[in-house]
Amino acid sequence: MTEVKFSKEHEWIILEGDVATIGITQHATEMLGDIVFAELPEKGSNVEKDGTAGVVESTKAASDVYTPVSGEVVDINQAIVDDPAKINEDPEGTAWFFKLKMKDISELNSLMNKEEYDKFAKESSS
Amino acid sequence: MEIKKTSLNKLHQDSQAKFVEFAGYEMPIQYSKGVIEEHKFTRSHAGIFDVSHMGQLFIYGNENLTSDLEKIFPLDLKNLQQNCSKYSFLMNEEAGIYDDLIITKLEDGYLIILNAACKEKDFEILSNILSQKYKMELSNDRALVAIQGPKAVEILNETINGVKNLTFMTGDWFDYNGRKLFVTRSGYTGEDGFEVSILNDLAEEFTKSLIKKGAKLIGLGARDTLRLEAGLCLYGHELDLNKTPVEANLRWAISKERLSNGGFVGSDKIINQIKEGAKQIRVGIKPEGRLIAREKTKIFNETELPIGEITSGTFGPSINGPIAMGYVDKEFSKIDTKILLEVRGKKHPANICKLPFYKKSYVKGVN
Repeated sequence: MTEVKFSKEHEWIILEGDVATIGITQHATEMLGDIVFAELPEKGSNVEKDGTAGVVESTKAASDVYTPVSGEVVDINQAIVDDPAKINEDPEGTAWFFKLKMKDISELNSLMNKEEYDKFAKESSS
Repeated sequence: MEIKKTSLNKLHQDSQAKFVEFAGYEMPIQYSKGVIEEHKFTRSHAGIFDVSHMGQLFIYGNENLTSDLEKIFPLDLKNLQQNCSKYSFLMNEEAGIYDDLIITKLEDGYLIILNAACKEKDFEILSNILSQKYKMELSNDRALVAIQGPKAVEILNETINGVKNLTFMTGDWFDYNGRKLFVTRSGYTGEDGFEVSILNDLAEEFTKSLIKKGAKLIGLGARDTLRLEAGLCLYGHELDLNKTPVEANLRWAISKERLSNGGFVGSDKIINQIKEGAKQIRVGIKPEGRLIAREKTKIFNETELPIGEITSGTFGPSINGPIAMGYVDKEFSKIDTKILLEVRGKKHPANICKLPFYKKSYVKGVN
């Protein structure tokens, strides 16, 4: 397993073999507030790096979820669709969004590590 | 223009509020617990809302003022008892709504509570119609604090003895530390509750005393989910200059006595619309599943013809599902009519449903 990487759109990603698990960060959930709706990409569909791959809605507004890398959706987390409150409870753990079979593992290189992301998140919210 | 702050701003800050700008004011959208917990706390205990940004307009005068106000509002003000409140509208000749408001008869005039974003314009419109015959005061030395929920009466009565005797949509002056405040039994959440008009310099201390007794500060986020569950209109969403009270399904707020004779601004249009029927009407809408249809979502009938638009839509925490209000062509306004909502390019099934989504009984009085 590689280290967790982060995108500027506040997604986290972790690679295991050639399958990446993607979710949204704790910081993102704090910015969004209570999440009450989640829409995920279809299993078997292909998504492109930085393209939209889902939607989350809080009581206040809808926000797109982007994928930080390209690949084929091999699994989705139905549990967060059925109970979106789970995303606020454990965003960087059990409330992952989808798994991708990556096309090009080098896409990970442009993403931030934890330290860089924490700094980015702090600056972007102030 | 510099952002305005209410007299409770420091208390909001100290309570970890997240702020938004609303009608030129820095207002708390939520506190640390979040919208859903705040919403549920109001329904189960008691929530405190800083609504000091709203306009508190005092107009002083006697029977002449009552007659003049009847030329403006569709209310039977002559027969309104002192300290009783009514929901009403400020309209143009076409019955388009400038603002919706609560008007209370006082011993020496009227108190009108106006929406924050409309209050300056309302003042201008009213001054013009009343042609400066009466002393009018859009207060800037008073805060407005609402306490709402099943525990509101018990908590507020400990601080202001006697408020428990007020019935729904009535008010009175009470003594608080030797100074006067005006309390009405009213609100915007679908819960029993009160709105307290209090001098700015007392507002923080007063609010803290309610918090000490178990009430909690609630932000504008939960205020919106609470009012939507209660099926209440929000100006700028359900109501604006292009909507009439008849279209907004608020005919109940127009006095029967006034409908027969008219003589208020917009009366011709209203009487005509009641006779002829409005083309579109405000309805409650429940999307199937968990999908949220926000404001401006297009509404279609089952054969995919456009029939209207959503004006407010969110997740209702007490309903545990999505809810919305909107306007549809009259023929599609019946309860249980199947409709389609276009969200992100796809049409999703929904149903017209009864308002309010959430109902609790108020403390009723003779009014």
